[in-house]
Amino acid sequence: MSRRHAPPRAERKPDRRDLGWYVDKAVEVAVFVGGVSAIVFVVGIFVFITREGLGFVTGPFDFRQFFLSPRWRPTSEWNPTYGILALFAGTASVTGLAMLVAVPFSICAAVFIGELTAGRTREVLKVLVEFLAAIPSVVWGFIGLSIINPLIINVFDVAVGLNVLNSGVILGLMAAPIMTSIAEDAFRAVPETYREAAEAMGATRWQVTYKVVIPAAKNGLLAAVLLGIGRAFGETMAVLMASGHSINLPTSVFDSVRALTATIAAELGETAVGSDHYRALFTIGIVLFLITFAINLTADLVIRGTRRKE
Amino acid sequence: MFSPTALNLRNRRRERWFRSLFLLTTVILVFPVVAILGTLIAKGGPILSLEFLFTEPREGMTAGGIFPALLGTVLLVTVSLLAAVPLGVAAAIYLSEYAAESRFTRVINLAIVNLAGVPSIIHALFGLGAFVLFLDLGTSILAAGLTLAIMNLPILIVATVESLQAVPKAFREACWTMGATRWQTIRMVVLPNSLTGILTGIILAVSRAAGETAPIMFTGAAFFIPVLPESVFDQTMALSLHLFVVTTQVPGVPEALPYGVALTLVGVVLAFNALAIGFRTHLRRRKKW
Repeated sequence: MSRRHAPPRAERKPDRRDLGWYVDKAVEVAVFVGGVSAIVFVVGIFVFITREGLGFVTGPFDFRQFFLSPRWRPTSEWNPTYGILALFAGTASVTGLAMLVAVPFSICAAVFIGELTAGRTREVLKVLVEFLAAIPSVVWGFIGLSIINPLIINVFDVAVGLNVLNSGVILGLMAAPIMTSIAEDAFRAVPETYREAAEAMGATRWQVTYKVVIPAAKNGLLAAVLLGIGRAFGETMAVLMASGHSINLPTSVFDSVRALTATIAAELGETAVGSDHYRALFTIGIVLFLITFAINLTADLVIRGTRRKE
Repeated sequence: MFSPTALNLRNRRRERWFRSLFLLTTVILVFPVVAILGTLIAKGGPILSLEFLFTEPREGMTAGGIFPALLGTVLLVTVSLLAAVPLGVAAAIYLSEYAAESRFTRVINLAIVNLAGVPSIIHALFGLGAFVLFLDLGTSILAAGLTLAIMNLPILIVATVESLQAVPKAFREACWTMGATRWQTIRMVVLPNSLTGILTGIILAVSRAAGETAPIMFTGAAFFIPVLPESVFDQTMALSLHLFVVTTQVPGVPEALPYGVALTLVGVVLAFNALAIGFRTHLRRRKKW
């Protein structure tokens, strides 16, 4: 407890306001601005797409037609109709199939990677899952067009291979990695003592996983599925290229459909700024934003709920 | 030693069976990565050459190389990083070093989660409404780069917060005890110790930005431009959009060409990802505390 190195007290007031003090305050303000930026951007996104789309909502917008009519004919000269039901059905069918593919595969993969293996196998599988997540959506679309399309035509003997099946499988593969990693996080959040207690009772690794870990991680798994849905719902380029992009209320997985996101991507470039069509596309954007916002918010609340319990 | 009972044997059998089943599912899930890489290399590999990478497309994009697209992607990623990295690191420093556990912090975290979940086409709409029209930047590299920056912000913030949090509290306390201000502590102790983690986040952001198509479609990337961009206010071609264009918009493209473009794009993206993974592994191994 020697005080030999202590500075002479009298010369230094505890609240000296030298350059260091001002720099410190300036940085505090600067990083605060950075911290707030996320809020600013989320609000900004909503404000700006609403600003562009508002003219449609207050103008030719007809609530019943917009949500309940399957006719999306914005370029019709006589009577343009703006019904997004078919587009919504397209997005929903593709997302639904994607979840049928992604949920079992990603949860099984998370169980295997998180609970049933270790060491090198685990590292390699994790890297491969990460690579799966990294493949850009336009490349998935290209694969849908040039590899899966002929495959579907040959295997199922149908005329067109660009349909719900094609884009659903692709979206499933795109959503699976993020679901796998969130599910794995959920497994990791289960306290090790739970597993030890079960193992002490003589349970095998699989019994521990099935009877203890999965029930304990159930909310995290739900959040994983929700975020996967959000991801598939908002995917654009892959659906645009692999779904066939024709307006349809699908009755089978071999029907071509058109998604909400793909419609914006395909048509926005050809509309005049400020036209009804342009504003209608931004209105679709508002709908998409609100839906994904709700999905993400729910997922976050579910995850937060699990953390609080611990 | 004791001999296994019938129950032990049954459990062991079941254990093995489930393990194989789950291994199989996982392998099926990651098999596409290998299959896709294999196909792209087999079909796109032969066309890939320095000439392909560094010449301009000819004959209505049905021949020649991809240089303007490659350059455009580099420019867009650079602009997006210049905008996103300072902002993202600042936000992370605020969340990790300054913010208290409060409702306001909770709202910021919620905003980050939601920003990460916004569909890419919505980012495109925002970029068009805010940067191209409202700020009047026009369809330009700057507008598209800024749009990508906002997309990448959540990745950067999350990665940086994580690596800042990994620096032990005792390091900071030791520094404060010496009389350093908060900022001095962050600059001299916290940031140097978390640099590798932040870099990993930046590399991941590069990989993500390079692959995105929808956000740049209406904000600054063009189907085809005969000249190279001269400033950030020009439009540019981009690798991802170029792949879309040669697969869907241009008739008479030889089969190998889109495979070559796709292989280049996937190569760039996966190379950066592998680099990030390498960094992370290195970091974990070298961990001193």
